[in-house]
Order: sequence, then structure tokens, then C-alpha cells
Amino acid sequence: MTVLEQPGAYRPTPPPAWQPRTDPMPLLPDAEPYRLLGTPAADTLDPELLRLLHGHLVRGRRYNTQATALTRQGRLAVYPSSTGQEACEVAAALALEDRDWLFPSYRDTLAAVTRGLDPVQALTLLRGDWHTGYDPHEHRVAPLATPLATQLPHAVGLAHAARLKGDDVVALAMVGDGGTSEGDFHEALNFAAVWRAPVVFLVQNNGFAISVPLSKQTAAPSLAHKAVGYGMPGRLVDGNDAPAVLDVLTEAVRRARSGGGPTLVEAVTYRLDAHTNADDATRYRSDAEVAAWRAHDPVELVERELVRRDLADGDGLAAVRETAERMAADLRERMNEDPELDPMELFDHVYARRTARLREQAELLRAELAAAGAADGSGRGTGEGTDR
Amino acid sequence: MTTAVAATGRKPATMSQALNRALRDAMADDPAVHVLGEDVGTLGGVFRITDGLAKEFGEDRCTDTPLAEAGILGTAVGMAMYGLRPVVEMQFDAFAYPALEQLISHVSRMRNRTRGALPMPITVRIPYGGGIGGVEHHSDSSEALYMATPGLHVVTPATVADAYGLLRASIASDDPVIFLEPKRLYWAKADWEPDRPEEVPGVGTAVVRRRGTSATLITYGPSLPVCLEAAEAATAEGWDLEVVDLRSLVPLDEETVCASVRRTGRAVVVHEATGFGGPGGELAARITERCFHHLEAPVLRVTGFDIPYPPPMLEKHHLPGVDRVLDAVARLQWEADWTSSGTAPGSAAGTVPGTPGGVR
Ligand SMILES: Cc1ncc(C[n+]2csc(CCOP(=O)(O)OP(=O)(O)O)c2C)c(N)n1
Ligand SMILES: [Mg+2]
Repeated sequence: MTVLEQPGAYRPTPPPAWQPRTDPMPLLPDAEPYRLLGTPAADTLDPELLRLLHGHLVRGRRYNTQATALTRQGRLAVYPSSTGQEACEVAAALALEDRDWLFPSYRDTLAAVTRGLDPVQALTLLRGDWHTGYDPHEHRVAPLATPLATQLPHAVGLAHAARLKGDDVVALAMVGDGGTSEGDFHEALNFAAVWRAPVVFLVQNNGFAISVPLSKQTAAPSLAHKAVGYGMPGRLVDGNDAPAVLDVLTEAVRRARSGGGPTLVEAVTYRLDAHTNADDATRYRSDAEVAAWRAHDPVELVERELVRRDLADGDGLAAVRETAERMAADLRERMNEDPELDPMELFDHVYARRTARLREQAELLRAELAAAGAADGSGRGTGEGTDR
Repeated sequence: MTTAVAATGRKPATMSQALNRALRDAMADDPAVHVLGEDVGTLGGVFRITDGLAKEFGEDRCTDTPLAEAGILGTAVGMAMYGLRPVVEMQFDAFAYPALEQLISHVSRMRNRTRGALPMPITVRIPYGGGIGGVEHHSDSSEALYMATPGLHVVTPATVADAYGLLRASIASDDPVIFLEPKRLYWAKADWEPDRPEEVPGVGTAVVRRRGTSATLITYGPSLPVCLEAAEAATAEGWDLEVVDLRSLVPLDEETVCASVRRTGRAVVVHEATGFGGPGGELAARITERCFHHLEAPVLRVTGFDIPYPPPMLEKHHLPGVDRVLDAVARLQWEADWTSSGTAPGSAAGTVPGTPGGVR
């Protein structure tokens, strides 16, 4: 008789603490990006919705070309264009209610503008006269985040706080494909899922993190699949199909608002411009690849749908373009004015009250400015009347 | 240990009890105060500073978070944006480092970036310093990192009463405060009346813990008891040392420091943190800039060596102790030293201005 054959012998069982947690199947993204345009479902799309999207997309494209032009003219220090990604930018803004919050990255000024922000204020960071050009409370748009993925935990914390206070506020946070490799992406998604925070994470997979393609970023089946590991649903959507992106985001927002917890949305799109004006995209991608994506342009997809369904004629389309031109002209005009700078403000917002050290340094700068103003006779930059 | 008269009703309390009490009172006074961190809920924190808070205020107010320091501080930023007043616990000094990006890139500059629209009333509590026999990564003094980050306040109590008062003031502050808790002093006891807390010391005020005339020891946190002990021992040498407890490294109360140094003419800065690029260098520079004509000797520093924090069996060699402090005091160019080599430092002094016992 062996030991195991003795009565009451030790028999291995499953680990006592182990329990099944979540069924992963409902969390899995579709095998292919969800689309509406070009599918039978397109026929059911509300004409007003298509016209609304179209107007935003045309203005969005014009905004991107105008901001890029302003950069070439030296009016912006840098511009990370969202040309080619307008469907994501527009849908992110339209999926939210007024009381919700948007957490944009540096690439997402268009989403902020679509949400109602003055373009000049949205572009302040990139013009360089201050870091944030708007009061985030006014349109519930967080400051543009430059350190990758760091805005994601902020969105989680805000949404969590809102829920604790009993407000049905949702936060939508935007991040790029490269940003999903950052630790903060992981921590934010994990916190959101554990806290069931009302957050929607929108990943714009535009193919590149500057020059680095997605294949060097992750070995996951898709970025949407990452959701499963956190216990939240992942959705994969054609990021150039504006009605589809809006549909997926709206559903994710509804789910978050009703206490269903966070969703990770991967929108497959493409950055048609270089990373910024300072980047040379020809070093890492082919013209053929860009051409293929140009044929899948988010603005044209909706415009062709309007025409296909006979929802817009030449006059209607021209009127939309006219509005976009006026917006661009206004932006151009206002950005061509030199911003008012007050060097003394450098010391104003470091703390609620200036420390003794900052008061001393402010005096130094004030004296320098006064001397410079006296020297060039301009009287400018004396820091007069800024005794804060 | 430092309060003057022991009023009736005062009884011994530890610094950890005072900190716990401060959190409890802050949470009771203001529903916006939320505590979050690792093991702060059911367990009450590894140092028990949050003991009982989850039970009293619920887990939504005192929350065990996932193990992710950047996530903890990052979500605290969002909570602050929505009007809450988060108090974050980092479990140990060295485990605050994953949160540095959130701290430096967001917490410290959100107010500035948004022209005051998004203040960050966040308190980050960090147990710091050595002397508790901790193994690697449990004894760092990283205050210089925080001091070098504009937008943060950096405070550290050295007494039971200050632990309470400074934590209340930190939580009430509309600016982010790095609240460094000298873990070596967690169990230090002092007579303190928890039901009638001390006057809350404001963030940014130093205090003279011992009046003296010969030289000033400038210190904070875990090195305060060392300096007070050194000052007592120094009386045998004829030195009457003044001891300044900074309490707040940012903002730095230069007025109290300079007033003291102008009186004594000599200064030694004492801290556990490594010396190179450390707080002592900043203090020495400031004292030299502002009190040069009052100085009888260069400002000296007694600090941890410029080494990674040593293993526990060797830490006693690293930590500034009473002897090292006294050795530094002896090197403060007492006239007796360089005029007549045979005289013991400080002995034949009183007659020469600026020497021990001399009143300036
Ligand atoms: C923490 C951090 N590391 C590096 C950078 C520099 N950087 C700016 S944008 C970028 C690429 C980001 O790619 P992705 O997340 O895909 O966003 P995209 O620019 O494509 O919108 C890099 C590396 C940064 N901003 N933050
Ligand atoms: Mg990208």
C-alpha cells in the first residue's frame, strides 16, 4: 500500500483561494473594426447626424490645415496635427454631455475645440504664451497632457470623485497607441476597473508613435484586447468612420454613466501628416501606405455618404466649406496678433501665495525689465502695476 | 518634549497617534478630505497612521488602492480637480519614486499651468529617514528631490505637537504638500493633550528649539533630537548652542534662520540626507548670502555620506550622530583654536566677541 492509498491521505485539490472572477468572453473586442459606413446599417443613419458630423469634420480638417500653416509661419511653436484623425476627435467631443469631462493629449486640440473651446485658447500651449490657455472648468476640458498617458489616471480620479459625490459625470480620456505602453496607462485602466469608475478610454491607434510602428509597441492581438486583462470591455472600431466611432463612444459613455464601469475603445486610424511640423515622416513610412489611407479619409467618407444618400447638394457642401473658411480666417487673424505677455506673471501661480524667495526673484526680474524698458525707451515690460 | 508647561490633562502621546488624530480630525471637519494609499484601510497602514479611519469614515473616504504609486497620485490629481482634498500615503520613502512623474509633471505645476484654475490641495505623506534597522529601500531621505521641484511645499515635523499641527495645516493648504514623517520618531512620546491640540504651526515657519549664543545648529525631522542632545553635551565644552528646527523646507523660514545665525555668528546644518546637492548646501548658501558679515566661520554641514543608504548593520556609521555634530562645532574656527593651539575649543573665550559665550 502506497502513501496515497492510505485512508485520509493527502489529495491535491484546486488552490483553496481560487475563484473564477470574470467571464472574459463578453469583454473581448470584435475580430474586425466595427464600421457603419459602407455597411447595410449606413442606410439607417439619421440624416441630421450625418450632416452634423460632416460639418464638424470639414471644420476640423480646415482647423488642422490652418494650424499647420500657422506653424510654418512661425505663429505656433509646434503643431501635432490630427489630420486624418478628425473622426475620432469630433466623435470624442460629441459623445459627451455638457457636464462630462474630456482629458485630451497634445494631439487633441480639435476635440477640445469641437467641445466648444475657443481655438486660440486651445492652441495657447502650442503657441507658447502659457501652458494652458483656458480655464478647464469652463468647458470641462482638462489641460492638454504632454507626458504620455499621465492624463489617464487624472480622468479616473475625477470620474471616481464625481461618483463619490453622487454626480453622474463621465470622463473621456484620449491617448495614442504609443501611450498604451506607458505605466500610467496600465495603472489608470486597473484603477478604473477596480473602482468601476465612469471612464471611457479612447486610444487613437494612428499607426505610429513618432516613428515607431505599433508592431514595436505591443505583441497584443489588438490594443482593445488589453481591456480584457483589466476586466473591462474592449471595443475595436474603424477610427475613420465617424458615425461608427460616435456610436461606440456613445454606448461606452452610456454604460459608464449607468454604473457599468469603464470601457477601452481602440480606434484604428492614421496620422496623415507627420508627427509634428518638425518631423520627417518619409524616414519611416512609404508613400503607398499614406496613399492607401488617403483613400480612406474620414472627411470624405462622410461626405460621400451624404452624396450617396442624396442628403447634400453642391450648394449645401459649399455652405459647409464657407463656414469652415470663416473659422479659419478668424483663427488666422487672431493668431497673427502677438499675444500679450506679462513676464511678472511667471511668479503668480507657482503657489497660492508667493513665497519670500519668489518675491525676491520677482523683484529682480522687475528691475531688469525696468532697466531694459528705460534703455530702449519703450517703457515696455516695466512690470508696472503687477505687484501681486 | 519641547512644549513649555505640562498643563493638566496632558498625557504622553506618540507622534503616530498625533498623526492619526490629525487625519481623523481633518476628515471629520471636511468631507472633501479623502485618504488613499496601500494598506491604509483595513490594516490602518503599515505604521498604523490611518488606523480606524476606514472604519469610522467608510472605505470611500479611506481607500485601499491597487498597488501603484503613480496611479494613486495620478487619481488624486483628478480627485483634486473635482474639488476633493486627497491625502495620499506612500508606504515608504523609496516607494514614492514611481509617483515622481505625476508629482513633478502634474501635482507641482497644475496650478501654474492653469493660471490658478486647478489648484492641487493634495497632501503626500511619506515616512522617511533611517535609524529603524530597515533593509534596502526603507530608509531614504529624498527631501532634496522635492525641494528642487517648484510648486511643492515640503514639511517635516520633529515633535508630537508639530506632527498634529503641521499635518492639519498641510491638509488645509491649497497647494500640494510633501509631508515627510520621520519614521524613527513615530514612537517618540511627548506630553500632549489630544483634545486641545497645539496651535497649528503654519507651513513655512521654523522654530528655535533651544536658545544659545555660541553657534546655531540648523536641522529638521529625525535629526532634531540628535542636535538637542549634542547641544546638551556641548555645554561641557563651554558651548551654548542654539538649535533651529526648520519644520518646513519649502517655504524656508530664512528669517528665523538668519536671525539666529546673526546672533551666534556660526552655523552647522545637520541632516540625514546626503550632503552633495542636499538641503544643507542651500542653507549654507543662503546664510552666506544674507549673513556674511556676521559669520565667524564657514557654515558647515553634517549630513549622511554621499552613498546609497547603507544596510541596517552599517547605518549607524552613516547617520549624523552627536559626536559628528560636536566635531563640526569644534571646527567652527573658534579664535582659541587658531590663536593658541593648546587651548581647548571654547574655553578661554568669553572675552572675544563672537566666541562661545559672547553675545552678539
Ligand atoms: C513620457 C513621455 N515620453 C516621451 C514623450 C515624447 N513623445 C511625444 S509624442 C510621442 C509619441 C507618442 O505616440 P502615440 O502615443 O502613438 O501618440 P501620437 O503622437 O501618435 O498621437 C513621444 C515619444 C512624451 N511626450 N512623454
Ligand atoms: Mg500614435
